Amino acid sequence: MTAAPYTHLLIETLREPRRAAGYSVGHWQALIWQSRATELMAQLHQALDAVGAMETAPPAARRHLELAGKIATRHAAAVTSELRSLQEALEPLGIPVLLLKGAAYCALGHQASKGRLFNDLDIMVPKSALAKSEQQLIWEGWLPLHTNAYDERYYRDWTHEIPPLEHKHRATTLDVHHTILPPTSGIRPNPQDFFDAARPLNGEFSFFKVLCPADMVIHSACHLFFGEFHKGLRDLHDLNLLLSDFGQRAEFWDNLVDRARYLQLSLPLLDALTQGRRLYGTQIPDNTLRQLKACKTSPFPGFMRAWLFEHALRPAHPSAFGTTTRLANKVAFARSHWLRMPLPLLVYHLSYKAFIAP
Amino acid sequence: MRVAQLKFDELSSSLSGTGLLIPCGPFCIRVRSDLREFQREFYRLYADFPVLDADTYVDFEVGVRSPNPLRRYFRPQVIFTCDGRIPFKPLPLAQAFPTFEWGLNWTIYTHAHDYLVMHAGVVERGGRCLILAADPGSGKSTLSAALAQSGWRLLSDELALIGLVDGLVRPIARPVSLKNASIGVVRSLGPQVVIGSVCPGTAKGDIAHMRAPSPSVLAMSELAKPALLIFPKYGKESALRTTSKGKAHSLGELTRHTFNFAVLAEQGFDALGRLMDQVETYSIEYSSLDQVIPEVERLWERSK
Repeated sequence: MTAAPYTHLLIETLREPRRAAGYSVGHWQALIWQSRATELMAQLHQALDAVGAMETAPPAARRHLELAGKIATRHAAAVTSELRSLQEALEPLGIPVLLLKGAAYCALGHQASKGRLFNDLDIMVPKSALAKSEQQLIWEGWLPLHTNAYDERYYRDWTHEIPPLEHKHRATTLDVHHTILPPTSGIRPNPQDFFDAARPLNGEFSFFKVLCPADMVIHSACHLFFGEFHKGLRDLHDLNLLLSDFGQRAEFWDNLVDRARYLQLSLPLLDALTQGRRLYGTQIPDNTLRQLKACKTSPFPGFMRAWLFEHALRPAHPSAFGTTTRLANKVAFARSHWLRMPLPLLVYHLSYKAFIAP
Repeated sequence: MRVAQLKFDELSSSLSGTGLLIPCGPFCIRVRSDLREFQREFYRLYADFPVLDADTYVDFEVGVRSPNPLRRYFRPQVIFTCDGRIPFKPLPLAQAFPTFEWGLNWTIYTHAHDYLVMHAGVVERGGRCLILAADPGSGKSTLSAALAQSGWRLLSDELALIGLVDGLVRPIARPVSLKNASIGVVRSLGPQVVIGSVCPGTAKGDIAHMRAPSPSVLAMSELAKPALLIFPKYGKESALRTTSKGKAHSLGELTRHTFNFAVLAEQGFDALGRLMDQVETYSIEYSSLDQVIPEVERLWERSK
């Protein structure tokens, strides 16, 4: 197996792009595959370009990196125009609308949006305005994507969003959330808290709001740690950039810990911060980690969690896999469902997916 | 070295193990699959394809496999993977080969942004090519296959790759995907036609693939200059009708058939504009190959 030399290739290159000067063609090849698997190619292109390392890339690798840069530029323009039509569609309803994740970073012009590709726009509206928003969006051309009755029920009853909507002409996907975590996960923060703390946007998209910095970080951490990690490296890349910006204000870290405690989400935050520091060298005060550790409540022993994160956060490409990575990915899959659903529902859902789903 | 020069067992162990390097349009891909059914079909339909040297730069690693061990035996399924990503939902195992072909098309049209990637068939003669652009079900693949069996070189039945810099079309020469009644129509074109197993009941009906003629595969590196653009429209009862199309209309129509028009933006618009200056454009309604092929030949002569 060619695994060994490339295990940490992508992350090492993102952290220290100058290393690329000494790479063989084999390194470049694996770097391209891994950045593609993690959706970090345009970010990698930026990092390499910033230190002049693109010059040393073999032409075939440079071609892929430059094309990724081109797609990212177009993507940013497309997101802006999509936000414009979304604002036009929802403004008349007079309800608060939060932009989440990629859409928020983009509307803020934040460094975390540079080169970041995403397939869906994510927004959050108050649960009481969900039906009204859905109806308005359908009128404006965003039509429900899933028609299967099982999927419909899966989304409406067991998750924190309605079935994805797709625009009939532009084929862009929109996820409308009413809270940040699936209600079946057992942790039910009051969505009103997020609306209350939300920050307005300046400029063109002033109708929308975004989560306050602490909530934005916590949401990104939850998204990562309640999920299956296949976009884990990308999410941690976002978090690294968010934290290196927000973290410059001294009061931010104490706010963050207080907020996570209040929302009962200290554990995902602790995990995200620990992994961000391990992988990207994210600057985090020791005291913050100590405070979060004090409220940590995972039933699983630390060494198991460390093993799981180490493997499941590798790029989903065989060139980065070790002997137990596939097992770790299966565990991560089971874990993500375990965290999101009570056991009977989990058995029901997985049985459907295993035996009945076409 | 070509695929057909390998023994099946060699091919099988290569596909199940380190993988096989083959060209896929403007890319080199590494193909892996331990599915026997897929390996057989691949052996037959990619027979003339070159096996690239181990030190060729590999753009994509693709695979066709069971989603999980359970689904290998119980209601067996298949997925296509490309560099760790799974673009489509699992399909029944019997659709392994079509899944591979759809996966390769996806790989090309989501990554080859140094080309205009157009949903069109392309055939060539004397260095100049004919582009057949149409919606699915218009007979584009059948017509491409028939022309490829009657003296034209096949570049692709599905994707026209038009260079953004040189405006030339790059061949793909992969198997031609045929649906339903057109499988029999193409089979009856002669004893030289090689068609793989028929795969019933896919989302598009019955599907089978025709092996690209050997000369087309061997000439895979020869680019072609666009000369004629036809919008074919098959209809069971249609009388033959040819209409000359204006440049503006055709450009508008082609934006619909170009997968990456939104990604390329101005660059794509300029490339389409240049294409319009190079080609004469017609639409043809027809109901049989006997009717349409002489008509295509007539327009081809006129375009010289």
